[in-house]
Amino acid sequence: MGPTLDFLTLLPYVSELVKGLTTTVVLTVVTTLTGLGLAVAVAYLRVNGQPWMRWGLGGYVEVTRNTPFIVQLFFIFFGLPGLGIKIDAITAAFIAMTLNLAAYSAEILRAGISATAKGQLEAARALGMSTLQSYRHVVLVPAFARVYPSLISQAIIVMLGSAVVSQISVFDLTYAANFIQSRNFRSFEVYLLITLVYLLLAFGMRRAFMLVGKRVFAYQQGEQR
Amino acid sequence: MIEFTLWDIVRNLLLAARWTVVLSLIAFVGGATVGLVLTFMRLSSRRWLQRFTSLYVDLFQGTPLLMQLFLIFFGAAAMGHPISAWWAASIALTLFTSAFLCDIWRGCLEAVAKGQWHAARVLGMNYFQTMRHVILPQALQLSIPPTVGFSVQVIKGTALASIIGFVELTKAGTMLNNATFEPFTIFTLVALFYFALCYPLSCYARHLEKKLYDAGLR
Repeated sequence: MGPTLDFLTLLPYVSELVKGLTTTVVLTVVTTLTGLGLAVAVAYLRVNGQPWMRWGLGGYVEVTRNTPFIVQLFFIFFGLPGLGIKIDAITAAFIAMTLNLAAYSAEILRAGISATAKGQLEAARALGMSTLQSYRHVVLVPAFARVYPSLISQAIIVMLGSAVVSQISVFDLTYAANFIQSRNFRSFEVYLLITLVYLLLAFGMRRAFMLVGKRVFAYQQGEQR
Repeated sequence: MIEFTLWDIVRNLLLAARWTVVLSLIAFVGGATVGLVLTFMRLSSRRWLQRFTSLYVDLFQGTPLLMQLFLIFFGAAAMGHPISAWWAASIALTLFTSAFLCDIWRGCLEAVAKGQWHAARVLGMNYFQTMRHVILPQALQLSIPPTVGFSVQVIKGTALASIIGFVELTKAGTMLNNATFEPFTIFTLVALFYFALCYPLSCYARHLEKKLYDAGLR
């Protein structure tokens, strides 16, 4: 058999591709939101929490950052049922991606938070802002703005890493690719197409994030660069 | 039926961990070599070389490592030259690593202040002398912490080779799980093994970073 490419054999599988794409996009959007939300909580508690809390969260961040995502996923999907905690595949994927993104983002955010000038919080309190208000406006939002580019990259890394959830039978883009190539035996064409879709997703995600950032952090532009 | 004791599980994982280490070393050494070539191509004054390397970096950073692995593994077979999981994993991880290292190193070279270039040129040094005596030594110092840090990503990346049937730590874990039905114990142990490999490197990278920071270089 010579090296010929035939993309037409993919046409009957458009519905599978759409289904896979939808799953990947939905998983990514939801886990980006939950992951970043959790990251804010973790970053806050790692700085301001009780000592045992700081220690525990430090452990969570280090373990997550120093083990492969696929092992985390297998641990949640295959390992936890061993303890009697049964989770379906899509929930396991959702939990693993959220915990993964949160650990990395919390560390990125912590760097942003520690760059806050000391006098700023005191100034905010002197202006009559409550603890929560001053933390939100003086520490958190500027920290977010400062590390926003790194957070974008991290969210994209998690989206690309989500290809692995196909291994626990979540019908994402990669699962669709595996499914199609098992039917039409055109593995190279399928994977080439899917790789291109991932590339476009990564590109689109960066653009979308940058548009959001421009609006949300508009008043910070001067400080940023 | 064969009974597996905890020691049997640990021993088998330890044996498999060798291949994780070997594959990581291949990927890192191969990736560093290709990455170095790419970095110099990126620095070249030829526009098409710059374009090629930035496209290369964008392609590998913008697609899943799993897809890169599949494309090489199944692509080679589709072209009529099937390759083993060993080769596919080594090639894919080498290319993946080279793209990231090229990006890291380019950043380090650009981080050396522009004024140093001018100063060296004013002193009568040519391009190679400037590179050799002024820019590279400083860039090298800057590049070590992020390079060590990236080695952690390489080790974690090798876990994906399990999906194309390469028997390393993760694959050994799933195989043992199929034989023993003790998923909690096994995946905890697998995670611990990866942690034992990666955490010292992470700490070392952080230590180096701090040293640079304290020296006022960052």
